[in-house]
Amino acid sequence: MRIPCPLCGPRDLREFSYRGHAVGLDRPAPDAGETAWDEFVYLRENPAGPTQDLWYHEAGCGAWLVVERNTVTHEITGARLASEAAS
Amino acid sequence: MRVAGRGIVDRSTPVGFSFDGKEFTGFAGDTLASALLASGQRLIGRSFKYHRPRGVLTAGSEEPNALVTTGRDTDRTPNVRATVQEIYDGLEAQSQNAWPSLGFDALAVNDLLSPFLGAGFYYKTFMWPVKFWEKLYEPLIRRAAGLGALSGAPDLAPREKAYAFCDLLVIGSGPAGLAAALLAGRAGADVILAEEDSVFGGRLNGEALQIDGQPGRDWAAAVLAELQSLPNVRLMRRTTVTGAYDQGTYAALERVNLHRTPPGDAPIECFWRIVAKRAILAAGAQERMIAFRNNDRPGIMQASAVRSYLHRFGAVAGARVAVFGNNDDAHRTAHDLAAAGLTVTALIDTRPDAVVEGPFPIFRGAEVINTAGRTGLHGLSLRHAGGKADIEADCLAVSGGWNPNLALTCHHNGRPVWDEKIAAFVPRPGSVPGLEAAGAALGVFSTRGALDSGANCAKTALQALGFKCPSWEPPEAEEAEPGITAHWAVPGPGRAWLDMQNDVTVKDVKRAAQEGFSSVEHMKRYTTQGMATDQGKTSNVSALAILADTTGNGIPATGTTTYRPPFTPVSIGAMGAGGWGMGFAPQRFTTSHAASVDRDAPMVEVGLWYRPSYFPRTGESSWRESCDREVTMVRETVGVCDVSTLGKIDIQGKDAAEFLDFVYTNTFSTLPVGKCRYGLMLREDGFVMDDGTSARLGPEHFVMTTTTAAAGPVMKHLEFVRQAFRPGKDIRLISVTEHWAQFSVAGPKSRELVNAVLDKPIDDDGFPFMACGAVSVAGTPGRLFRISFSGERAYEIAVPARYGDSLYRLLVAQAEALGGGPYGMEALNVLRIEKGFITHAEIDGRTTAFDLGLQGMISKKKDCIGKTLSARPGLMEDREEMVGLKPVGGVMQLTAGAHLFAATDKPLRQNVQGHVTSACHSPTLGHPLALAFLRNGRARHGETVKMVDHLRKIETLCEVTHPVFFDPEGGRAR
Ligand SMILES: [Zn+2]
Repeated sequence: MRIPCPLCGPRDLREFSYRGHAVGLDRPAPDAGETAWDEFVYLRENPAGPTQDLWYHEAGCGAWLVVERNTVTHEITGARLASEAAS
Repeated sequence: MRVAGRGIVDRSTPVGFSFDGKEFTGFAGDTLASALLASGQRLIGRSFKYHRPRGVLTAGSEEPNALVTTGRDTDRTPNVRATVQEIYDGLEAQSQNAWPSLGFDALAVNDLLSPFLGAGFYYKTFMWPVKFWEKLYEPLIRRAAGLGALSGAPDLAPREKAYAFCDLLVIGSGPAGLAAALLAGRAGADVILAEEDSVFGGRLNGEALQIDGQPGRDWAAAVLAELQSLPNVRLMRRTTVTGAYDQGTYAALERVNLHRTPPGDAPIECFWRIVAKRAILAAGAQERMIAFRNNDRPGIMQASAVRSYLHRFGAVAGARVAVFGNNDDAHRTAHDLAAAGLTVTALIDTRPDAVVEGPFPIFRGAEVINTAGRTGLHGLSLRHAGGKADIEADCLAVSGGWNPNLALTCHHNGRPVWDEKIAAFVPRPGSVPGLEAAGAALGVFSTRGALDSGANCAKTALQALGFKCPSWEPPEAEEAEPGITAHWAVPGPGRAWLDMQNDVTVKDVKRAAQEGFSSVEHMKRYTTQGMATDQGKTSNVSALAILADTTGNGIPATGTTTYRPPFTPVSIGAMGAGGWGMGFAPQRFTTSHAASVDRDAPMVEVGLWYRPSYFPRTGESSWRESCDREVTMVRETVGVCDVSTLGKIDIQGKDAAEFLDFVYTNTFSTLPVGKCRYGLMLREDGFVMDDGTSARLGPEHFVMTTTTAAAGPVMKHLEFVRQAFRPGKDIRLISVTEHWAQFSVAGPKSRELVNAVLDKPIDDDGFPFMACGAVSVAGTPGRLFRISFSGERAYEIAVPARYGDSLYRLLVAQAEALGGGPYGMEALNVLRIEKGFITHAEIDGRTTAFDLGLQGMISKKKDCIGKTLSARPGLMEDREEMVGLKPVGGVMQLTAGAHLFAATDKPLRQNVQGHVTSACHSPTLGHPLALAFLRNGRARHGETVKMVDHLRKIETLCEVTHPVFFDPEGGRAR
């Protein structure tokens, strides 16, 4: 499996580490309430099909990426910098 | 025996090898199978279950029978296919599964018991009683069954792994593969041509086929020469592509040095990961057998294998050969043998309307109904329209049709499609993105068809890759697709074998269906059909066809079992190449490593790091003695300890201070330049992640320290917070752990020692507790931090790593002049337990700031990672809180991991009130100490609790105390 790092090009999976769904970028306000925080920290969808998750190019450029992939076909359809997705 | 004038083995180069201790001679280019057949050795091994005599069935990697063990003693490899293993001078091979000898096998008695040992026998017989299974059945089966045995010694043979990238991977080098590689090579694409065999050319090496009026192998040689001349084409022979993975990644096993005595420490195998933009599967097809009574005798072979041995190796299994088939390829076999001057005793075609003529007896609409010859075939009986006949034969060539080698197309769970016309499964198009099948792998069996199909696939691939496909006039070759009428098994009494490696018969498959195991996956598991090392390559399709006939479901509805990688066996050593020993766990050494080893310090692993445990002195007889001395040395004079393994993260930028406020619970933006502060870091779920001090070296410049264990995770966390939650801010992070050698200098004389190495001495006014700053150390720019993990006055002095060794030696020498010296991890641990300082023994991922008594460090004035959830219900009350413990009563021993109970409670799981995280003997206080978590512990100081270590069988009464045992006011550090 290879991930197309926007900075480094397509690189082997072994250079990356995984964090979970990209919902991890949507940090609620401190006073957003229990439900919002529960969803941010714990609740995750488990879709059959397209999903977005966070990968860290740990043995590469050090960028956090939002990777779009399909859990059924294993197809990777894109990757962008988390810093750009977040801003 | 050898056949004059046939074969491409080098008859001028004899090669000596041994089989079962007996010396044999073959020729360069022979496989073990061809050399043994040429020498008249038809019996090669015994079968798995019934110990039936077995010989060579195939001429390729699908071989189920001719398995041998090569090498000897600890350097041996079991289950080597004699049909793949090339001979070399000194090769030693042994037969398997026979005791006491291949010719007389005592366990062949199983064959007489076969009525009781059929499918499902183990399941039915050994279900009950359980104790018989463990004591009797299992050891018996383990001894009797099984193929070759491992040596039991570690496999130290050198192997490699490697990566390759290409535009087009062509798998197989028969007519289809060569045509594809040639076109793509001429187009300029980056091509890898992988061939499982030791020679390129595929079936062209095993047939008398003509291409463009010349022998097929001459045409192949010419194509090869051109491919070799192209710099953009890589030729990989002895390389089996074993799996198709995501995004055009293919696994391949290259047999680098298995065909010769490995030179020196050169690798014997290489495991490749090939990333290809496109791939063409031109892996050919494998011929299947027809099941009939006693169809497993040595001498009975695939018809295509008989042709391969004849045309490539000039070898036959016997002088009198009969041929049995359901398709036109059988005719080719008879003709080729007759043309080579061999006696074809019968051509038996199951089709009444078969069109064939030849200088040999021909039986149309006929079947082989039995064979004779226990350790080697000498005759057969057949049934035809006019009656029965007995035929003499030392070799019987059988052709039941061809199965395209489509396994790779199914590795993404794609199921193949049944093609009635060729009575075989063909690949489902598009089942692996970017992979197309060509030639026989696609079910196109004629030579011309294969050439065209390979060229077409190349054209498609080149188009997708953006190359212009060169024009190509395909050469002349035979165009007739062989006719076939499916024929799976000959009806009649006796045992007709399907899976010869696992001894599965037609009757076993039928019985499985009758007993309700009518799905193909259930039948497989009930009968073990296809579950041996060959994965049933020569028999699976026949078995499922017989199942389909028995159930009446038909072949398309019955379907195949799942094809999984690897296509052929891959040694674990190859897949794990580079991943054992230091390749599995690299060693990280500090700059003081050599100096510590010079002092005989036992080194202990801390993650990948190695750190000194203690520094023994003459006369000391145990680690405790050394440790106690080192603790007292630090408390009374001065000690030196390498702390470089702690993570160091350099943080710079206009927004660096605000960033630290966000990742730490406490505030750093208020920290003056030239000062350090202890910081606590939470995970977003509110639990403690790590702790450490951060120093402010400038208004926009901090250096953070992390614990040794969390250096990597904290760096990753900081990068995530920076990129995900602070995008666009001016914050830069870099790990500088390896850049700085950092030594703790601790003890009442630490300032004296530090001043001995500083160019400009410090005093307490200029360098008070928690100060930091740049210093000059023996002419080298360094950093000094006045921080303490021992509770004593202490400094950490850092220099660029290249000066680490000399500074450490200098510090230790100066320390010894002051009555001090080096101290190790044991003493460091005791010093911090005496002071109640925490490590990851306490921060174990389940502890909160509240548990540690550090809830006051969570600033109320600002947000930080983990703040919101740290305040959720359950994390701030009724918790197990950190306390100190000291033993009272008779047993003076505390152990980490032990559980705590109320003094009067029984030590049962439901009564547990906490546990011990760190324990030591304190030479300072003269008794054992421990840090522990105890339910509502802060309110229970002075109470007596019971510590029970169920593993070590220790029970102690302890007094609950404040976790800081020594110098609670902290005056010594200041
Ligand atoms: Zn990158």
